[in-house]
Amino acid sequence: MFDEKDIGEIKEEYKKWSDKLEPKLAKRPERKADFANTSGIPLKRVCTPLDMADSDYMKEVGLPGEYPFTRGVQPTMYRGRFWTMRQYAGFATAEDTNKRYRFLLDQGQTGLSVAFDLPTQIGYDSDHPLAQGEVGKVGVTIDSLKDMEILFDQIPLDKVSSSMTINSPAAILLAMYIAVAEKQGVASKGLRGTIQNDILKEYSARGTYIFPPKPSMRIITDIFSFCSQEVPQWNTISISGYHIREAGSTAVQEVAFTLADGIAYVEAAIDAGLDVDEFGPRLSFFFNAHLDFLEEVAKFRAARRLWATIMRDRFKAKDPRSMMIRFHTQTAGCTLTAQQPKNNIVRVAFQALSAVLGGTQSLHTNSMDEAFALPGEEAVQIALKTQQLIAYESGVTDTVDPLGGSYYIEELTKEIFDRASAYIDKIDELGGAAEAIEKGFIQREIQDSAYRYQREIEKDERIVVGVNKFQIEEEAPKDLLRVDPAVRLSQIEKLKELRKERDNGRVKDILSELKKAAEGNDNLMPIIVDAVKAYGTLGEICDALREVFGEYQPVSTIG
Amino acid sequence: MDTKRKIRVLATKPGLDGHDRGIKVIANALMDAGMEVIYTGLRQSPEQIVETAIQEDTDVIALSILSGAHDFLFPKIMELLKGKGVDDILVIGGGIIPDEDIPSMKEIGIAEIFGPGTYTDDIVKYIENNLKR
Repeated sequence: MFDEKDIGEIKEEYKKWSDKLEPKLAKRPERKADFANTSGIPLKRVCTPLDMADSDYMKEVGLPGEYPFTRGVQPTMYRGRFWTMRQYAGFATAEDTNKRYRFLLDQGQTGLSVAFDLPTQIGYDSDHPLAQGEVGKVGVTIDSLKDMEILFDQIPLDKVSSSMTINSPAAILLAMYIAVAEKQGVASKGLRGTIQNDILKEYSARGTYIFPPKPSMRIITDIFSFCSQEVPQWNTISISGYHIREAGSTAVQEVAFTLADGIAYVEAAIDAGLDVDEFGPRLSFFFNAHLDFLEEVAKFRAARRLWATIMRDRFKAKDPRSMMIRFHTQTAGCTLTAQQPKNNIVRVAFQALSAVLGGTQSLHTNSMDEAFALPGEEAVQIALKTQQLIAYESGVTDTVDPLGGSYYIEELTKEIFDRASAYIDKIDELGGAAEAIEKGFIQREIQDSAYRYQREIEKDERIVVGVNKFQIEEEAPKDLLRVDPAVRLSQIEKLKELRKERDNGRVKDILSELKKAAEGNDNLMPIIVDAVKAYGTLGEICDALREVFGEYQPVSTIG
Repeated sequence: MDTKRKIRVLATKPGLDGHDRGIKVIANALMDAGMEVIYTGLRQSPEQIVETAIQEDTDVIALSILSGAHDFLFPKIMELLKGKGVDDILVIGGGIIPDEDIPSMKEIGIAEIFGPGTYTDDIVKYIENNLKR
């Protein structure tokens, strides 16, 4: 990349500089004997053009909006428009959550992100025994289309894009969204949004699985195929590293395991007869913005380059949009401390900044109080304002990929790319991501990293301000947001009403049609749309599929 | 307690939440400290937890929950233990449990609640010093 003469001169000067430093270091050593980031990548004292001497700029870095997209997926990035500010929210009933959404939209939020409660995510209605204690707790509870109609009341679905964190029952919630839009007079072809729909990371890191891998992959490819015709602007999957990182992985593992999952989905879709350029542009991703600022910036850049090479070289995609990794980012929930919670505002701010410097397409910033409970309104407001401060005040948005070309950032990007590629090779050897999860490999890698991280904190090798250094006496926080246990009872009442009002014969017929389709190969999506429109409940639809598909039995990786 | 027998701990996730990073870290730490750990995995009902603890004859039940469902599930587990006449198992809890809930949790017999930022060494010591048999 540099003139040979220049390189020679820099080498000479670098040598002189190092020699001069030696005696000084002997007298006054650095803070640590070895510096490394969370991925265990050793960090040099300083990076120079020598580190980039062998690199091929156009091949590895290139220009924004061009392969391999290291510098960003759009040519103008935030000079054109800012990322979508999208706060993940949902609690209690659809009525409560609808109010929070309208508050967030009034505050200048530009997209919605739905958090569902655990019974909804695992396919139980609120009246299921296992739903006791959980209804409305970590998200909004949705039992039927009725709730979904309330959730989006007075929110124009032709204008707002919605992301839904829903995996095993993603087809059902998408069907409900389509049905609500239809009632608003919005055709499915005009809908924009995302369903998470990423089952593999549920097995390896997040835990809200229902069905075994094979039928789960089939539902996913049914969704790909249905949406390519009926909901063409929809992101049919959000392949998520976020939860892998939250579960304890390193940055390199986050990239590797996420893209390995991505490979498995692409393979499944191709096996189902789909063309890679038909569904490829609708694949989206979701990453974590963790503490190590520069490692994170490099991680996002490396992930873009790696996915582009995988799609082009491995899957022979032709459409550049298939090669672009478009991603959402959330700041790292696991780095929030219960101690000195206001410090979390600052942690979130620089994590968010790393996502912006890494070229994210949308962003959620965590609230300072999330180590205690669901966020309160003031905390959410500060979190959202943090994004607005970065966008409108910091100036980092006026030049595309402003850290690109930094010797250190480019070196780190390359290092993460190489190390994640090596992991993907290893997963290929194990038979792909689904097999690697079945063998417990990915879970073990993640939990080993989590344990190492915790031990580092306990041995004071890793400092967490307020936890193992700079502690202060403080009072417990008050007025935390709590979900009334009565939410479950009111949902049960609603369900009783629903089952009285609707045409039960029709629901029964559609559910048996669904079971028949599940036993065969027909696309399940159109029948699921019919089922939700007839007010079949989420639990009933999932039960019908459970009968045919069975339930996933996790592998143990402890002991 | 028989000094040759290792301390047996049931590490478990009641309810539906999938956040198992904490409990797995603790399970590893307890094993490193010489204890025997039975980890149940996710989504255990109160009935399953109590049954497993009795069958496996564990000295400790370590409950981890981050969804906020502790207010229903912890009392349910304690009630079932009481119903079975079990009073010599040390029950501890952790996860996202608001401070203001801790007194009521202790009242029903959860010996200690360990929140975010807890050192695993402290949990090891706590168990060693507070066994009920």
